[in-house]
Amino acid sequence: MAEDLYKILGVEKGASAEELRTAYRGLAKKHHPDLNPGNKAAEERFKKVASAYELLSDAETRKQYDAGEIDESGAMKGPPPGYRAYAEAPHGARYAHAGEDFSGFEDIFSNLFGERARGGPAPGRDAHYALQAGFLEAVNGATKRLTLPDGQTLDVKIPAGTVTGDVLRLRGKGVGGGDGLIEIAVAEHAFFTREGQNIGLVLPISVREAVLGAKISVPTPRGAVVMNVKAGADTGVKMRLKGKGVPAHGGVAAGDLIVTLAVHVGPADAALEGFLKENQAVADFDPRAGMVP
Amino acid sequence: MMTLEGLLGQVEGVAAEDVRRWIAARYVRPGGAPEAWVFGEMDVARVRLIVELRDVMEISEPALPTVLSLLDQVYDLRRRMRRLNEGFARLPAEMRAELARFMME
Repeated sequence: MAEDLYKILGVEKGASAEELRTAYRGLAKKHHPDLNPGNKAAEERFKKVASAYELLSDAETRKQYDAGEIDESGAMKGPPPGYRAYAEAPHGARYAHAGEDFSGFEDIFSNLFGERARGGPAPGRDAHYALQAGFLEAVNGATKRLTLPDGQTLDVKIPAGTVTGDVLRLRGKGVGGGDGLIEIAVAEHAFFTREGQNIGLVLPISVREAVLGAKISVPTPRGAVVMNVKAGADTGVKMRLKGKGVPAHGGVAAGDLIVTLAVHVGPADAALEGFLKENQAVADFDPRAGMVP
Repeated sequence: MMTLEGLLGQVEGVAAEDVRRWIAARYVRPGGAPEAWVFGEMDVARVRLIVELRDVMEISEPALPTVLSLLDQVYDLRRRMRRLNEGFARLPAEMRAELARFMME
C-alpha cells in the first residue's frame, strides 16, 4: 500500500509551495544519507521524501496527482546516486579528512599501533622518502646522499633518464627490514627542457651569426660542443645533435639534443639602423604575409 | 570522467562560479589542470552533495567547510572501522570470541 505523498512530507493536502519546501528541508536535514551514514532506514526515508517533494514541487505534476491522474509511483524516480556510495568505498579516502595513514587512529589504538605511536613506523614496513634531483643529475645519472630522519645517511644511485615521480626501492632500507621507497622530484633547468629521451634547448644567436652563418659553441648536458649554423639561419630553425640528449640506459637508446635557434638583435647600433633604413629589399620583407585569421 | 561543462549539465542548481570557488577552497578536488579539470563520478557526487547542503539543508557558505570536514571525518572513521573489522576477521576464532565478549560488556 503506497503512502500518501503529503503524509510523507507531513503536510496538509492544501499546503502552499512554501510550506512544502519548509517541510522538505526539515526532513532532508534529518534523514539525508550523508548525515546518517550506515542508517538504511534514514536512506529509504530520504528517498521517499525527495521523490515526494520532486512530484509535489512541480505545480503541473501536483495537479495531476491531486486529481488522481498519476500516483505515487510517478514520483519513484528517486535522487541520483548519493555521495555516500563513493565515500564509503576504499578509494573514498581521496577526500579523507585526516590525511593518509593511521594518523587519525593512533590515539585510540595506541597499543595496537604502539610502534607508530612512539614515533616510528611499525616494524617491517616500507619507509617513504622524497629526494630532489637536479635536472642534469636526473639526465646523466648521479649518486646523492640522503639523510634519514634518524640521522643515518644513505647514498642513493639515481639512474640516468630518471623523471619526476620515479620511485627507487632500496631493499632493507625501510624500518625493521622493510624497504626504503624514494620518490624522485626532478628540478627544472635554466635552459634545458626534457622531452622524453630528447633534450630541448632554445639557443640564442646574434643577427650576424644568423645572416652570415657561424661555428658556435652549444651547451649540452655533458659539456659544450661546436655546431655549424648555416648562413641565412632564422629564429625557429631546429637542429638536431645526435646522441647529446639523455644517454643510453637500460636498453633505451640515447636521445638527441634538439636545438631551436632564436635570433637576438642585441644592443642598438646606429650603423645597423642606417643600413636597415636604406635597404629596400630588407624593408619589403613582411614576415606576417599570409597570416590571415 | 568529465569536464566542468559536463558537470554543470549533470548537477542542477550550480553555477560554474560556485564550482570554481569550491575548488579554490579545496572542498572539491578534481584531477587535471586548473580550468582543464577532470571530474570523476565521486567529484560529481560531492558537488551534488554541497549543492544539497547549501540549498536544501540551508547550510550557509561560510559554514560549509565545518560541515564538510565533519562529514569527511565520519566517512574516514567508517572506512577505517570497516578495515579494522576485516582485520579482526583474520584473527583466530578464540581471539575473535574474546573480542566479542569485551565489546558486549
